[in-house]
Amino acid sequence: MSLQISDISKSFKDLKALKHISLEVRENELFGLIGPDGAGKTTLFRILASLLLPDEGQANVAGFDVIKDYKQLRKNIGYMPGKFSLYQDLTVEENLNFFATIFNSSIEENYDLIKDIYVQIEPFKKRKAGDLSGGMKQKLALSCALIHKPKVLFLDEPTTGVDPVSRNEFWGMLKKLQKKGITIFVSTPYMDEAALCDRIAFINQGEILQVDTPSAIVKNFAKQVLNIQTPSIYKALRVLGSYQHTHSIYPFGESLHYMDSRKDFDWNEVLNHLRNEKIKDVEGELISPEIEDVFMELSRN
Amino acid sequence: MKKFIGFVKKEFYHIFRDKRSLFILFGMPIAQILLFGFAISNEINNVDIAILDKADDKNSKEIIVNLKASKYFNVIDHLQSEKEIETAFQKGKVKAVVTFDQDFARNLQRPETSKFQIITDATNPNVANTITNYINSIVVKYQMVNLQQDPPPQLVQSESRMFFNPALESVYMFVPGVMTVILMLVSAMMTSISITREKEVGTMEILLVSPLKPSTVIAGKVVPYIFLSLINAIVIVLLSVFVFQMPIEGSIFWLVTASLLFIITSLSLGILISTLSSTQQTAMMISLMGLMLPTILLSGFIFPIESMPYPLQLISHIIPAKWFIIIIKSIMLKGVGFSFFWKETLILVVMTIFLLGLSIKKYKIRLA
Repeated sequence: MSLQISDISKSFKDLKALKHISLEVRENELFGLIGPDGAGKTTLFRILASLLLPDEGQANVAGFDVIKDYKQLRKNIGYMPGKFSLYQDLTVEENLNFFATIFNSSIEENYDLIKDIYVQIEPFKKRKAGDLSGGMKQKLALSCALIHKPKVLFLDEPTTGVDPVSRNEFWGMLKKLQKKGITIFVSTPYMDEAALCDRIAFINQGEILQVDTPSAIVKNFAKQVLNIQTPSIYKALRVLGSYQHTHSIYPFGESLHYMDSRKDFDWNEVLNHLRNEKIKDVEGELISPEIEDVFMELSRN
Repeated sequence: MKKFIGFVKKEFYHIFRDKRSLFILFGMPIAQILLFGFAISNEINNVDIAILDKADDKNSKEIIVNLKASKYFNVIDHLQSEKEIETAFQKGKVKAVVTFDQDFARNLQRPETSKFQIITDATNPNVANTITNYINSIVVKYQMVNLQQDPPPQLVQSESRMFFNPALESVYMFVPGVMTVILMLVSAMMTSISITREKEVGTMEILLVSPLKPSTVIAGKVVPYIFLSLINAIVIVLLSVFVFQMPIEGSIFWLVTASLLFIITSLSLGILISTLSSTQQTAMMISLMGLMLPTILLSGFIFPIESMPYPLQLISHIIPAKWFIIIIKSIMLKGVGFSFFWKETLILVVMTIFLLGLSIKKYKIRLA
């Protein structure tokens, strides 16, 4: 096991940020922590990076206890906080050199590890980090987190505020890093990124809801999902909100996702109910649930 | 050691790329010392005065010539009657009027009835006092030299001699004070801001996760500022020596050593402040209110400690600047050796060790 979290709790004054979290991440896994803002992701990351002390529980990262062995632990992990945390007034090259130095390493020593990422920002190496675009900043931050060849890499919402193309590229880089033997623990509020992880854990309001591979999570989902399309989404949402058989209804992109409280149901009945309520141009089809549907369902309880 | 050098290099990048802090670092000392040296002073120079000479004899004329000859006074007006005195003051043209009575020359032999008067504009009492003294001394000097009176007219005449600052140049008083304030400001405020900046920007999070030891981080933050503050101290001393002709009576070695010690004291205060504040703004406020004000007001820089109420005198003991000012005044003005200020030095050393220990202990190895 690369990461072992058992029964971790953490409170800030009245707020219970984490409630008895237990989790295991295997060696060389790309593990995703999926949850909305305020779910407790950053708190968990900080505890694992030895930046915060848990109120209760224990955690091991790469064999080091996050409380007792924090000195050893810090040499063996790479950590990229959610907020861009490099020196904005230093150039790309200076930032990288600085982080290499404080980890007793050098750019040359681990160049093979960061090469794929660094070549993309190398043309801008004389530019100040503060003047880089969002995607570039993120690549630089990742390079800096990798410069000492960590065993475990913690990435706290690395793709927040990054354009879709760069996000895709970023996940491609993570896959490559994984092949080089690094365990990656990544958090994201984007459900579509969850499918790219080996395994994921859902977290909401400080609790882990489910842990599994993305495909198993979707496959084991018992409910059927009805995708409803209509120009008057808001009215349809209200109508189905008070419909007797509704289990759940929520907007999903440009359409609505509906789940029925009965085990088997005729979805045309639902659509007809909408038409009877004078909702125009209603169309719908049963779809296989997506990860977000599972999360919505889990966080209802 | 490589880590440490890397860290110091990074700090210098920060300092030299931030125009604002560079300005505070180097612009402020020069501006302050020139300001205090030239503009704010207790001395008088080129004061405009008027004369009402009813005597109009040899003696009074000679005294007027003496007044004119001194660099302190410009005689800009000759009044005709007492009535004009008040208007002259009201117009604000003159700061003092010197009057000689008709029988001035005769009375000069009998001082008790001497009719010679100095009238001053006391809207600024200190200046008025100084002017009176200056004029008096010119007249007395004239009496002694020209009237061959072997016991001078006054039976007892006190003659003051100002030690260590014979010309009462106020810049001599200000230089040690300004130097103290600037070293305090640069060292304490700049370090506390630069540490809290890392917290605010989020880089502290990364530094904490790195294998850097707290002592390396602190030393890395402090060393550049020791260096810069020392340059500042040297600039101030050079300015005061070459622009204001201030003498340095004592040893340069002790001057540098004492400055270095005080810089380290201030730096440890700065680190302590940074452990207490989480934003640059708070760090700056604490440095300004908590350090600058006491340094200016309670250190003996502007107001003499002896004339403060007792509770404030007690408080002044814990202000490092007080001890440093005593030390550099001893070195620069009195020219005495270490045996005269070892006590103050020891107090500073103890303060520094205490503050440094406290701030390393308070330095958090985690976020909260």
